[in-house]
Amino acid sequence: MQLSGAEITLRCLAEEGVEYLFGYPGGAVLYIYDEIFKQDKVKHILVRHEQAAIHAADGYARSCGRPGVAIVTSGPGVTNAVTGIATAYLDSIPMVIISGQVPTRAIGLDAFQEVDTVGITRPCVKHNFLVKDVNELATTIKKAFYVATSGRPGPVLVDIPKDVSQHLAEYSYPSSVTMRSYNPVIKGHAGQIKKAVQMLLEAKRPMIYAGGGVILGDSSHLLTQIVRELGYPCTNTLMGLGAYPATDKLFVGMLGMHGTYEANLAMQNCDVLLAIGARFDDRVIGNPEHFFQSGRRIIHVDIDPSSISKRVKVDVPIVGNIADVAEEMLKQLHASDAKPDAQALAAWWKQIEEWRSRDCLRFDRSNTEIIKPQAVVEKLYEVTNGDAYITSDVGQHQMWAAQYYKFDKPRRWINSGGLGTMGFGLPSAMGVQFAFPNDMVACVTGEASIQMCIQELSTCKQYHLPIKIVNLNNRYLGMVRQWQELQHGNRYSESYMEALPDFVKLAESYGHVGMKIEKPSDVEGALREAFALKDRTVFLDFQTDQTENVFPMVPGGKGLSEMILGSEDL
Amino acid sequence: MRHILSLLLENEAGALSRVAGLFSARAYNIESLTVAPTEDPTLSRMTIVTSGSDDVIEQITKQLNKLIEVVKVFDLNEGRHIERELMLVKIRSEGKDREEIKRTADIFRGRVIDVTDRIYTIELTGTRDKLDAFLEAIDSAQILETVRTGASGIGRGEWILRV
Repeated sequence: MQLSGAEITLRCLAEEGVEYLFGYPGGAVLYIYDEIFKQDKVKHILVRHEQAAIHAADGYARSCGRPGVAIVTSGPGVTNAVTGIATAYLDSIPMVIISGQVPTRAIGLDAFQEVDTVGITRPCVKHNFLVKDVNELATTIKKAFYVATSGRPGPVLVDIPKDVSQHLAEYSYPSSVTMRSYNPVIKGHAGQIKKAVQMLLEAKRPMIYAGGGVILGDSSHLLTQIVRELGYPCTNTLMGLGAYPATDKLFVGMLGMHGTYEANLAMQNCDVLLAIGARFDDRVIGNPEHFFQSGRRIIHVDIDPSSISKRVKVDVPIVGNIADVAEEMLKQLHASDAKPDAQALAAWWKQIEEWRSRDCLRFDRSNTEIIKPQAVVEKLYEVTNGDAYITSDVGQHQMWAAQYYKFDKPRRWINSGGLGTMGFGLPSAMGVQFAFPNDMVACVTGEASIQMCIQELSTCKQYHLPIKIVNLNNRYLGMVRQWQELQHGNRYSESYMEALPDFVKLAESYGHVGMKIEKPSDVEGALREAFALKDRTVFLDFQTDQTENVFPMVPGGKGLSEMILGSEDL
Repeated sequence: MRHILSLLLENEAGALSRVAGLFSARAYNIESLTVAPTEDPTLSRMTIVTSGSDDVIEQITKQLNKLIEVVKVFDLNEGRHIERELMLVKIRSEGKDREEIKRTADIFRGRVIDVTDRIYTIELTGTRDKLDAFLEAIDSAQILETVRTGASGIGRGEWILRV
């Protein structure tokens, strides 16, 4: 059957089970958009800016685990998408991006809306393709989905010149694809796993450090089982929140720059560390030399060999799919005669509880005049029974959301951890709401971040997305101001937000509900009212304490045990 | 330490730029890079000469392996290997110098491949050190132009790198 490249594209997406295609039309993708119009299997979601299309596809993928799919036109469509693509790349999110390109005969001639898409996106995709022949289109799309979703996931871009989408070819969708140059490792090495289990059981001061890889590998239940059977303390990274239930007593909180006192000190002082689906990045272990001042043996499980021994040397590297490795670990744990050293473990827990008793996340709850941002997140947790999908932007509000919303389930916490992209929160919340139309979705944001993709309020209106926007409005670029306070002598260079819009009116002008909340006593009521409006987007503009900072904090370049616990430490 | 990495990669447009981009993006050194198709036209063989600590070389190897179009990566330093580089050098050769330059080229097993009344163009093959030594043996003022291919490497004996 002869089909056009455009029709082949849509058929392929339908074959892959794509529900939603987030995008924005333009000249180079007009044939594809014409086919979108003619079919009803793949639903197109029209965003207001290409960056948002990618973030929405990203939020969809993070929340439901299926690859996100987006489509943009050539030139500025692609360059606008780059921030979103890099965001997904840094957090290893499976995604396929279709981009239009100028016709093949015009490539390289500086044609209208031409950029070297493959060149521009190369450093921020797992892989990309330029399709020069319509006969290769179906196979290429199949490969794109395969590469995006296997191994360490990531965004894959398929660049389709306009004439390729117009040309005809015989269509048949390949049922599978093999690539001799791409064979991701699945099973971990059994011998290494055995060594790891032995090492874990010999530990006196063990620690389990789990990252986003556990969530991407759908292995939270296995991690939970391992932690509970051993009775060892567990911490999650910012990307790993929800991998282990936050309300469990074995959970010591998030670690890293704004991690808890107990998590960071346990990390620093443990004698055996199991790192699983995490990559020891600079926001997690701080200064690597300081980290190594206290010796410990490290087991590192990751699907990507290049993540191992990148920043820290490890003793037992295990390359493999987390689920397979974790299952094998459990099997070997059960087969082993050795048991954890109960006495040593009790002493270790006593130490951890002592650290925990510092109550490092305490804040002034008695203030009846000014809304504390932490209190808003705590109330959000209560009002939603801890069962909402929370997206965030980037800055102080992101850290407060991570610290105070206790995620018990994976895929509930959606944030740009690697790239730190302001503007991510609202569009990613849209993607989440499409994946879970009947669940509560809240975007925790700040008055600066929300303005970076504010135009998506229009998309929320068009598709009736009942997202609740929790704006922690402190009239500052809070995290910038915090660093200026700590490291730049209180010189608040360009970090004050003047000329803010009236967010209530702004929300209303888009057809949404807007609320401005100024008193601590109104916080809970406003949240309850907002979530009761089940079919409306609600913009909650909380006027929060302008001076509040995020603590604990490991200042840049410092070690994990050199934390500042609060302003009294300054 | 200096390492010679041998790669087999898909002979596709863009594969070279992925490798080159990786080196610049991650601030790895690159001393030379050569690439050409193999006897199997779907594959290219690339030789990269780089340098770095063992940790850096390990990362380079892993990152190269991660590129989708890279089929195999070998660090030739892990075994016995042979390294060759081709150089073409244009030398001003007039009067009494003419004989001396020809003799020096012979000592280095070089071949004169083009001659004018004022110039010899000499072809020389060998390790980097040998080519460097030849250039040092010639008065630098006489050297008009040099072209070097960068090293190509191959394992010794039974050590065969193929898919």
